[in-house]
Amino acid sequence: MEETTLNNDIHVKLTERFGEKVTAVSEPYGLLTFVTYKDVIINVLSHLKEELKFNFLTDITAVHYPGKDHGIAVVYHLHNMVEKVRIRIKVFISEQNPTIPTATTVWKGANWMERETYDLFGVKFEGHPDLRRILNMDDLGVHPMLKQYPLEDPNRVDKKDEFFGR
Amino acid sequence: MNHNHPVFTDNDPQSELVTLNLGPTHPATHGVFQNVLQLDGERIVSGVSTIGYIHRAFEKIAEHRPFYQITPLTDRLNYCSSPINNMGWHMTVEKLLNIQMPKRVDYLRVIVMELSRIADHIICNTIIGQDTGATTTFLYLFQFREHIYEIFEEVCGARLTTNIGRIGGFERDFNDIAFAKINKFLKEFPVALKEFENLLTRNRIFIDRTAGVAEVTKETALEYSWTGPLLRATGVDYDVRVSDPYSSYQDFDFEVPVGTSGDIYDRYLVRNEEMWQSLRIIEQAVEKLKSEPKGIFHADVPEFYLPPKQEVYNNMEALIYHFKIVMGEIDAPKAEVYHAVEGGNGELGFYLINDGGRTPYRLHFRRPSFINYQMFAPMSEGMLLSDAIINMSSMNIIAGELDA
Repeated sequence: MEETTLNNDIHVKLTERFGEKVTAVSEPYGLLTFVTYKDVIINVLSHLKEELKFNFLTDITAVHYPGKDHGIAVVYHLHNMVEKVRIRIKVFISEQNPTIPTATTVWKGANWMERETYDLFGVKFEGHPDLRRILNMDDLGVHPMLKQYPLEDPNRVDKKDEFFGR
Repeated sequence: MNHNHPVFTDNDPQSELVTLNLGPTHPATHGVFQNVLQLDGERIVSGVSTIGYIHRAFEKIAEHRPFYQITPLTDRLNYCSSPINNMGWHMTVEKLLNIQMPKRVDYLRVIVMELSRIADHIICNTIIGQDTGATTTFLYLFQFREHIYEIFEEVCGARLTTNIGRIGGFERDFNDIAFAKINKFLKEFPVALKEFENLLTRNRIFIDRTAGVAEVTKETALEYSWTGPLLRATGVDYDVRVSDPYSSYQDFDFEVPVGTSGDIYDRYLVRNEEMWQSLRIIEQAVEKLKSEPKGIFHADVPEFYLPPKQEVYNNMEALIYHFKIVMGEIDAPKAEVYHAVEGGNGELGFYLINDGGRTPYRLHFRRPSFINYQMFAPMSEGMLLSDAIINMSSMNIIAGELDA
């Protein structure tokens, strides 16, 4: 997809600074998206905050892709309010050992967003000041947004995709 | 921490501090929130917020619903301004599907969204009055929320959880009664709002209770990802309607009010001014509608918009589209999209990942109440208990949006 000039600038600046660590750059619906790695994610976030003026952390969440090597994607949405640009950063981490450094060192507001992500996906944010469950009860035992936990009775067959030609 | 029992954070019998369980059901909190506070006399020493009492796992449920069945879930996020959530969700899917709305639909949506913003702010501001002891103002203005709900009832048949509109437009056109009610509202509401302001804005008791209480700086507000009237009260002019216009907001002439100190009084003033600006927007929208072709209330996208029932029985294409839409078989691009709207409390974002299945692969709601509320406990430290109560009402935390 063709990049707009503003997004292109950001892309060039990020590649200058982080080189090969910025991969899979795309621009779905005009929103610059790239993948990076968990050893540099805090550097990337602080660089974006301090140097490129992405002063606002919009959201942190996660997505589960079961069966892949790195099956959990932690997704950050940042916002540059002055130039009105948004950016999306993804970090793929392993399902067996889902750890990633905490972003609370960059934004205090990351606290509850990370607690929610931990609660729903089991992502352990290293260095988080208070990593407890937030929405579910403490003794739930599972992280319910992972795809292996069905919403309804798993024996139910009338909603399976193969019955609809998929 | 066991959620089923009162929580004591301080077990020292010699301690001078008192542990107070404010919530989960406390008449002063207007919702299901629990805060365990350590009090030294009337002053709060520390607090711990516990949320999740009405967590309904909407993000999980949404992974098992076709797009059009997710609208009723969004109703129940911020149920004080459901139409904004509904429209936000419709626009997210329309962005995914690359559907352009006709101008008339955009303007109708703007009317509905601004009316619900007024309803939302009425609740918050009258509740601040109520909590500072001014019940009269609450009773004066609250009836206009009823009038707004009557308009919604005329447009979609429901009042609180509206499920208003469809992906691709509205389910039916606004009728004449709806327009008559909107015009009546535009005529009567300014008078009442002026009266409300006369009662509160320069009221000595009200100013004493709210001015200088719970002040927040710009830097702190941005650090904690605040949005909406709370952020604007601190002096940051961020409004999604202006910075990222959706639904033709760029066609309208309105101002974004900002405060200076971020205290409760500023939040009250910002919300009041936003109601005036919303009125201006609705007036402009009603005026603009007069020059738009009549009778258009949805985009011409038969593959995504449910056909009228009589068509389904008489027309083969309509039957096919009806079947495909109801079974969730619409052809949506495999992509991910983030769309934000300015909700009553701030930036309401929808992060949708579609993998071509019948349901979203992942849907995440960026809920402003959830993100705004995390500052409540830290900012309560050192505050009087009675101030913390009005601080909570001025943050307009809606339990449904907090817990999703």
